[in-house]
Amino acid sequence: MKFLRDLLDKQKPLFEKGGKFENLYYLYEAGETFMFSPNHTTSIKGTQVKDAIDLKRMMITVVVAMLPCLLFGMYNVGAQHFMAVGESAGFGEKFLLGLKLVLPLVLVSYTAGGIVEAVFAVIRKHPINEGFLVTGMLIPLVVPATMPLWQVALATIFAVIIAKEVFGGTGMNILNVAMTARAFLYFAYPAQISGDKVWTYLGDKVAVDGFSGATALSVAFQAGQTGETVSSALAAHNASIGDQLYSFANMFFGFIPGSIGETSALMALIGALILIATGVASWKIIVSGFAGTYIMGLIMNAFAVNEFMAMPAHYHLVMGGVAFGIVFMATDPVSAAHTETGKWVYGLLIGFLTVIIRVTNPAYPEGIMLAVLLMNVFAPLIDYYVVNANKKRRLQRATV
Amino acid sequence: MSKLVKLKKGFDIKLAGKAEKKIEAFQPAQTFAIKPTDFVGMQRPKVIVNEGDTVKAGTPLMIDKKLDSVLYAAPVSGEVVEIKRGEKRKLLEIKIKADKEISYEAFEKYSESDLKSLSKAQATAAILKGGVWPQIIQRPYGIVANPEDEPKAIFISGFDSHPLAPDYGVLLKGQEKYFQAGINVLKKLTSGKVHLNLDQQSEVSPVYAGAQGVDVNKFSGPHPAGNVGVQIHHLDPMNKGEVAWTVNPYGVVQIGKLLLEGIYDASKVVAITGSEAKKAVYAKTFLGACVDKFTTGNTHSTNFRVVSGNVLTGERINADGYLGFYDHQLTLLPEGDYYEFMGWAKPTSTKLSFHRALGLLSFLSPNKDYVLDTNTRGEERAFVQTGVFEQVTPMDIFPVYLLKAIMAEDFDEMEELGIYEVIEEDLALCEFIDVSKHPVQEIVRKGIELIQYS
Repeated sequence: MKFLRDLLDKQKPLFEKGGKFENLYYLYEAGETFMFSPNHTTSIKGTQVKDAIDLKRMMITVVVAMLPCLLFGMYNVGAQHFMAVGESAGFGEKFLLGLKLVLPLVLVSYTAGGIVEAVFAVIRKHPINEGFLVTGMLIPLVVPATMPLWQVALATIFAVIIAKEVFGGTGMNILNVAMTARAFLYFAYPAQISGDKVWTYLGDKVAVDGFSGATALSVAFQAGQTGETVSSALAAHNASIGDQLYSFANMFFGFIPGSIGETSALMALIGALILIATGVASWKIIVSGFAGTYIMGLIMNAFAVNEFMAMPAHYHLVMGGVAFGIVFMATDPVSAAHTETGKWVYGLLIGFLTVIIRVTNPAYPEGIMLAVLLMNVFAPLIDYYVVNANKKRRLQRATV
Repeated sequence: MSKLVKLKKGFDIKLAGKAEKKIEAFQPAQTFAIKPTDFVGMQRPKVIVNEGDTVKAGTPLMIDKKLDSVLYAAPVSGEVVEIKRGEKRKLLEIKIKADKEISYEAFEKYSESDLKSLSKAQATAAILKGGVWPQIIQRPYGIVANPEDEPKAIFISGFDSHPLAPDYGVLLKGQEKYFQAGINVLKKLTSGKVHLNLDQQSEVSPVYAGAQGVDVNKFSGPHPAGNVGVQIHHLDPMNKGEVAWTVNPYGVVQIGKLLLEGIYDASKVVAITGSEAKKAVYAKTFLGACVDKFTTGNTHSTNFRVVSGNVLTGERINADGYLGFYDHQLTLLPEGDYYEFMGWAKPTSTKLSFHRALGLLSFLSPNKDYVLDTNTRGEERAFVQTGVFEQVTPMDIFPVYLLKAIMAEDFDEMEELGIYEVIEEDLALCEFIDVSKHPVQEIVRKGIELIQYS
């Protein structure tokens, strides 16, 4: 490692003040601190020793927590493909196909976002923030494997600029960046991220007879319109392929069509365990998010006027992107509520809103995306009331 | 009426190098210094001696022109050898070369029964004249108290919960009489209560055991349970417009000694601590001592840092620098000026962390004593993580909101969020655990100064 260190030390003067590339200092800094944690020591006054944590380690923890979703997603993309075209394939074959489809999405997302980050770091003279390690991974996980690469790139650029940099960069953003990217895709290119055709990669092959690529949610949604019970609609779906595709177990384990990372509730839960065990994400948001979803599902059952509303509440937890969204999107510390009391309210309302949007809006079946974005906007308001209560306690004490 | 307060929030930074409970003889220090920078909030220090003057222990050396009734006294007798100034003639140190035998200024002596009939004015005048007043600190702001104020109460924290903190039982051994006398005098200064706050988790040291005329409260829990600011918050919190005073037990003893014996006795016991210290023990010296005799030959390596005070709130001094006015502890640490390849990703069980993020394994061995160096372990970033500062702040305060209000210089918000209840040390743990490596204590002081001078 001495060689690498020497190399960096040799280049350093070029990037420091007065050097040839001083404008690019933060690019150099990003590279240098990635390879070597810096030799900075604590200042004269104040804390003389520091906790071993830094932002890089915290962010990489989140990335690691997403790996189960990513790896399973790769496998599932392949598995869904072979099932749809009616071919049998081994585990390796399925995984490799998924890898071939998913990896470019991940690379494009990281590259596009990374360039924007770097440009802003240079222009605005702030360090490159490690938060993008997470965002860059989240974006490919919330799109279908068939998403055109240029759309992913565009969405990433849009989200990083509009959702983050215009507010002053990481730590100042109001909306979750990855969710903003997805919302952008959803409203700008609905043909590529909604409907029944996009969730399963077919390639140049033809799907078997009777195949429908509809997601579980949209099957349930349709049932709501036609009056068939959700469970029989789910059971009947893709009956021609054989297995009961939308059994509760399949939906829980994730062997269903959907966005790359979101199909498996189990993998999201494994991620949640990692995040909670490491203390990186708030368990309060995760618990209250799931609780909110379930409770609103029950409330919907109680007032059911159609079959979608009558769908068993626990189905909401495994369908669509709820698990993934609550575990990885809602818990983004910057855009979530900042106070501990606020986090309970925030998570609960995300759950409520997800089900309300799912069940009562006539246009599209998924709700977690808008629920998270909406609550991102309301999180400061929740905090405002929590903090105000604290201020009031202080004031009352003074006047008693 | 005494209270038992159980605190849950906080964090004990367990370090290697705790001082053994014995007083070891070191070569006596040659020089001693009073540093105006030790008194936060001192605005216009003015030296009232000249180089070459001879002084006795208790002779006034300087005053603050903004609060000129408070005298800052020489800790030892000897010759003023240097008045050191920095940029723009900023006063840095007043150095005294000590006599072999200390001679004392003679102040008025009181008997124990005299103390009972002392008036507030008499008590104030005696403390001021004897140079012990700087031991009395005012809340809010954490600055030297204004003698003309009427404090609502006086708080004494009887224990120090900082990392490697000295044991007051050792520091104040045999000073029971003076401690009690000090309390009797302090009681004259307030119409409210005098609180003595003790550690619930350890035995009451003899110096406090017989203390009378005080409200004894007990606190349990991790650091910062010993911080007087945290204690005030739970006993009688500071509101806007109120003033309370705090005194370190050492100051109480000094006050007692001044009135009973008529001398300014600045002798003190300090703990020499830290993983770099070969001999981590207690030593007898005087306030403001040059630390060279404690550091030379007493370290394991040559690349070390000397901290006057503890690792959370202390200040780096030179190996031949001077002990801070309020400090009873030296911490010797290895410097951390090295690069570490992929340091942010490596799993580690040798570096302490409050967090459990990937690869931080210190939570698995909560009772281990760690050797920490002064490396910052990362770079400064924007606030990202939420909800962790609260976990180490056992007060009904939102630290991040308060810090952001200070950064935005929003005065109303600062007041409403509790700026009057904190000083640097109360949020020092936030600075330690901060993922984004903010200079939390510096920000807190900036906020206090904004409010103080607004």
